[in-house]
Amino acid sequence: MSTSFPPLEELLLRMWQIRWFELRAMELFEEKLIRGSVHPYIGMEAIAVGACAALGNDDYITSTHRGHGHCVAKGLDLKLMMAEIIGREDGYCRGRGGSMHITAIDRGMLGADAIVAGSSAIAVGAAHALRLQGRDSVVVCFFGDGASNQGILHEACNLGAVLDAPVVFVCENNEWAISTPVAAATRIENIADRAAGYGFPGVIVDGNDVLAVRDVAAEAVARARAGKGPTLIEAKSYRITPHSAATKTDLRPPEELDAWRARDPILSFSRYLRNEAGVEPDRLEQLEEQARREVEEAVEFALASPRPEPETALEDVFAPAEWATAGRLS
Amino acid sequence: MSEAAADSVRELTMSEALNEALHEEMNRDAGVFVIGEDIATFGGLFQVTSGLLERFGPRRVIDAPISEAAQAGAAVGAALVGCRPVVELQIADFVSLVMDQVVNHAGKWRYMSGGRVTVPFVLRAAVSSGIGMAAQHSQTLEAWFVHAPGLIVIMPSTPYDAKGLLKAAIRDDNPVVFLEKRLLYSRPGPVPTEEYIVPIGVADVKREGGDVTVVTYAQGVHLALQAARQLARDGVDVEVIDLRTLKPFDMETVATSVRKTGRLVAVTEAVRAASMASEIVARVTDDEFDSLKAPPVRVTARDTPMPYSASLERAVLPQVDDVVRAINRVLGRVTVP
Repeated sequence: MSTSFPPLEELLLRMWQIRWFELRAMELFEEKLIRGSVHPYIGMEAIAVGACAALGNDDYITSTHRGHGHCVAKGLDLKLMMAEIIGREDGYCRGRGGSMHITAIDRGMLGADAIVAGSSAIAVGAAHALRLQGRDSVVVCFFGDGASNQGILHEACNLGAVLDAPVVFVCENNEWAISTPVAAATRIENIADRAAGYGFPGVIVDGNDVLAVRDVAAEAVARARAGKGPTLIEAKSYRITPHSAATKTDLRPPEELDAWRARDPILSFSRYLRNEAGVEPDRLEQLEEQARREVEEAVEFALASPRPEPETALEDVFAPAEWATAGRLS
Repeated sequence: MSEAAADSVRELTMSEALNEALHEEMNRDAGVFVIGEDIATFGGLFQVTSGLLERFGPRRVIDAPISEAAQAGAAVGAALVGCRPVVELQIADFVSLVMDQVVNHAGKWRYMSGGRVTVPFVLRAAVSSGIGMAAQHSQTLEAWFVHAPGLIVIMPSTPYDAKGLLKAAIRDDNPVVFLEKRLLYSRPGPVPTEEYIVPIGVADVKREGGDVTVVTYAQGVHLALQAARQLARDGVDVEVIDLRTLKPFDMETVATSVRKTGRLVAVTEAVRAASMASEIVARVTDDEFDSLKAPPVRVTARDTPMPYSASLERAVLPQVDDVVRAINRVLGRVTVP
């Protein structure tokens, strides 16, 4: 195991930050303070936190419509995230992007992408470009089991392979694409098996085990950094909450849900820390409380932030350019 | 015109001029790279990327698998981290395969991020109508991109403009769709040896005249210039404006001309419905209605898929005679059928 991994307690803190962030976001949606939708990452926290534990500050990720967990795991600021999804000027994207489009390149977050599988080729291109620039950064591309059947993902995996791009594809298999079970969407048992078709390794990992995810991610990241090309990691997990805060119908069998609730990644990692790593129960409670407090501070910050001024709606359609300042912008 | 001021001017074809632009920009900026099909060893179907592999190597001159969407997506990702990728699509009709990456990603990423990112991305594509390539290799689709927020759309008519505009497109921090008319690749024109840029968003008056304004671009410019020469024999003085950049739109140059002539003909080789010609007419009627002495007229292709047979393709694409007829119509001249 590499010594450069973050401390185990930090992993638990991040997981609790995600959990409380999502619980509060769902409440704020019900209170109509969040518009559109929110896609909670609850139950999948171990994947983002585990994978990002294998990354450094100079590494990048791409994310999905269910992206808050990836942002928190990559170290984005909870206050700026919450302000963004409430649609305020101080948000990461000045309220232009919302829940599904948080972008913070200075923190290695290339952007959340609400087109399913949309960012897969973006990850490959960014990875190739970083190498062209002489940097040894790696890009992790998160996507879901639903995305695994999109054409662009196939193209991106293949292009990443022929370029030997330093990219790691992380498939978060949470078993359901809204109402479609993964078994109805593919005839293969494991999405990781598809890696064979691209000539790179496919690895299956328990997506509810943060340390297992971290370790397979570390191996894939090391391989990518060494110029040996992509890896496909399939992290098997489950989303405990519905597809989105706006989706009131849930077709999933209650007993299936209960079985996965019993395998809650935060509770099992807490158990591990207590039993195997000697962390005191008080300390575990402190970490949860810290996360909860930070999320509450983020909500307060967000609610105090101004709404974007309507006359700024036309800003940033284009980057500054000579032709724009010459008044030809139309 | 600015090329007259150049010390040394040669005749280059449009593909040679574009090739020079790529050589110069890749030499100037190590972040510029090209990706596409058959562009490295083969030098591109139309030789626009010829010689780049030998000079800049396979990491910057990428022969990609036939995966247009991934090429475009990869270019967006490369742009996000500071490179300046140029994607080549062999045939412009293949833009249907990359629309999600161009429209939903390249065009929106900056806005969605609240201005935190730039996407300096160029998508080049060859518009291949007029040579019997039939319905899936002959579309003129600039209007699709003009309709999508956040994209610059360029369509040059001469080797001089093509070179200067491609260099400007590569240097611009915004995503650019750069459409090249295939029939113009082999058409020679003067290009100075010294470096120059043609600014984005500036139309060019290709022929001055006082009686009627023809606003067009790409192959339409050549149709309009031929029509103008023909009508000059009858004493009709036609002004031909080459938009060069379709978005941003140089309204100032168009409005100045329409104020002078009071008459407008808009020409495009694209199909009629919701075309750039419609946009030109709408903009002029919005801003310059009182300057107009006659209703504007559009000259466009017919609203059909492109037929294969030469007699049919000719019937569908606008011809010089169609432009002549349209000019006569806005002038109220009786035309001989």
